[in-house]
Amino acid sequence: MSGHDWPLWEVFVRAKGGLNHRHVGSVHAPDAELALRHARDTYTRRLEGVSLWVVPSSSIVASDPADAGPLFEPAEDKIYRHPTFYDIPDVVKHI
Amino acid sequence: MYTTELNKNVKPIEVAEDPELVAAFEARVAADEFIEPKDWMPDAYRKTLVRQISQHAHSEIVGMLPEGNWITRAPSLRRKAILLAKVQDEAGHGLYLYCAAETLGTSREEMIEALHSGKAKYSTIFNYPTLTWADIGAIGWLVDGAAIMNQVPLQRTSYGPYARAMVRVCKEESFHQRQGYEIMIALANGTAEQKRMAQDALNRWWWPSLMMFGPPDDNSPNTERSMRWRIKRETNDELRQKFVDITVPQADFLGLSVPDPEVQWNEAKGGYDFGEIDWEEFYAVVRGEGPVARERMKARIEAWEDGAWVRDAAAAHEFKRRQRAAA
Amino acid sequence: MPTLPASEVDVEEKVELAFVDYCQRLGDDALILGQRISEWCGHAPVLEVDLSLANLALDLIGQGTNFLGLAGDANKLAFHRDVLDWKNCLLVEQPNGDFAQTIARQMLFSTWQHMLYQRLANSSDARIAGVAAKGVKEVAYHRELAADWVIRLGDGTEESARRMAQGLDWCWRFIPELFEVDEVLAGLIERGIATDPREFEAEYRAEIDRVLTEAKLDAPAEQRPILGGRRGHHSEHLGHLLAVMQFLPRTYPDATW
Repeated sequence: MSGHDWPLWEVFVRAKGGLNHRHVGSVHAPDAELALRHARDTYTRRLEGVSLWVVPSSSIVASDPADAGPLFEPAEDKIYRHPTFYDIPDVVKHI
Repeated sequence: MYTTELNKNVKPIEVAEDPELVAAFEARVAADEFIEPKDWMPDAYRKTLVRQISQHAHSEIVGMLPEGNWITRAPSLRRKAILLAKVQDEAGHGLYLYCAAETLGTSREEMIEALHSGKAKYSTIFNYPTLTWADIGAIGWLVDGAAIMNQVPLQRTSYGPYARAMVRVCKEESFHQRQGYEIMIALANGTAEQKRMAQDALNRWWWPSLMMFGPPDDNSPNTERSMRWRIKRETNDELRQKFVDITVPQADFLGLSVPDPEVQWNEAKGGYDFGEIDWEEFYAVVRGEGPVARERMKARIEAWEDGAWVRDAAAAHEFKRRQRAAA
Repeated sequence: MPTLPASEVDVEEKVELAFVDYCQRLGDDALILGQRISEWCGHAPVLEVDLSLANLALDLIGQGTNFLGLAGDANKLAFHRDVLDWKNCLLVEQPNGDFAQTIARQMLFSTWQHMLYQRLANSSDARIAGVAAKGVKEVAYHRELAADWVIRLGDGTEESARRMAQGLDWCWRFIPELFEVDEVLAGLIERGIATDPREFEAEYRAEIDRVLTEAKLDAPAEQRPILGGRRGHHSEHLGHLLAVMQFLPRTYPDATW
């Protein structure tokens, strides 16, 4: 070995209770424990979070942008999945 | 500065590519869409971005050194904590930016090697020495002031990871310029010795700060394309003029004088006229001939080389741990 | 106002002097170590470590400021005392050395500081309890981070194990000072203001042993204790640290910054 940089980890922060963890950036670290520490020392210095996730960047499986059409466009015409699709008279309440 | 091509001899990157893909890409960028790591992008876009983002990251990291020089000598406990927090922010910003560049397929290690070998550039401003405490004030006020001007528009740059890194950087940097100006206020209202320090710092940092925006527009390669790609949002001269217009009144407020006899309000253009920048000096510093350029590179290379055994040790520990777990 | 008998006034004064002395010890420990760690800024083995070290230093400078604030004017105490009036333990003023020596110093100090602050958070003096309670979470993190690094360096490569052993060996003789109880401390312990460090010495030794075992390191051989910091008798290193730290306020005594 000769002083190589450590692997990359993706960092997710829960800003406060009740919210999802959100991707905020990455850190380099030799192992999971230090990845958490590095994430804490880098991304939560200004009270940004109450919980952290770190994931090896190499473990992220991403969809291919070229497949965006088949993956996401079929949802476009499924308007019946949305509540505004349905016609209910105004006089009917609580529905 | 960060969006300025500092390698004067760099040839524009031109690779033959599928014109349909190029047209679709250009259309997305023109429509203010964000480009994400896995999206198709022209090779020139990728390479220009790696160069620009890594140059920006290197500037943050080398930029820690002139201010770091005064952490142990800050004159009060409050100033010490503020300065340390600020320089730490710069480490963070370098880190965010390297990570953004890494999404383009170049490792941080490769970028660091390019810096250490002299292949990669960083902002010329950090090759000037910090001689007195007033330099810490002047850097915050002028250098961070110039940096903010450059960075704010980059929050809307076309490459998603870069734009997101810049949002974080800008949010964190908002206190940097204010703390610098606050130091200048204290000095300008202080003893005769403090006023002398303050004026001397302004004298030394003024011109290098103007140079931070890079060569004049008519001598700035690739500007047109970078503007079209939204990886540069305003020209060097536009930003420089904005900076002068904002900063001269701030110097007046301090009772300090900008070291340029030609600075004068021009009613017709609604901005200040100012003197000619010494571009010979600028290009000498770009070439690595700045007053403390060698000290800066030496410090960075030593930190990296002296840290090699630490990086190796942690990696070796993890390797052993995994082996034990597997056994 | 009823006046106290002369002997009780003396006692009150003595306690107050001891209180000031103790707050200086606590403040000086934190500030000097914070100053030392801040020397790393911009020079750490990797960017992430630079951020970690700066966090440690910021916490310590904050604790130092708070404790010195209980003893008087924190800035005056930080920038206008000479060596003989500094009361930090000798461990914290030791030079950074390489990263292993820095980590050895940190682990040995933070573990002690954590055990101390946990107890001081229940001090009968609300001011000390307040500052300690605020610091205890910061220090808990320092202690864990330092132990993590001792383990990685100790059980890393041959070179890192050798350096870690040398770093520990350098610091080892300064441990007994952490558990020293002199007259000042004894008086405060009696009143429940200070904590008797001897109460947690066994716990401390066991914890250091635990970390060293996990790091596959042997504890250094026992060394003759070096004492004196609490009485102002320091190593040669402190004078240089102060010369750097105090240079501006000393050179320009009339200036405000």
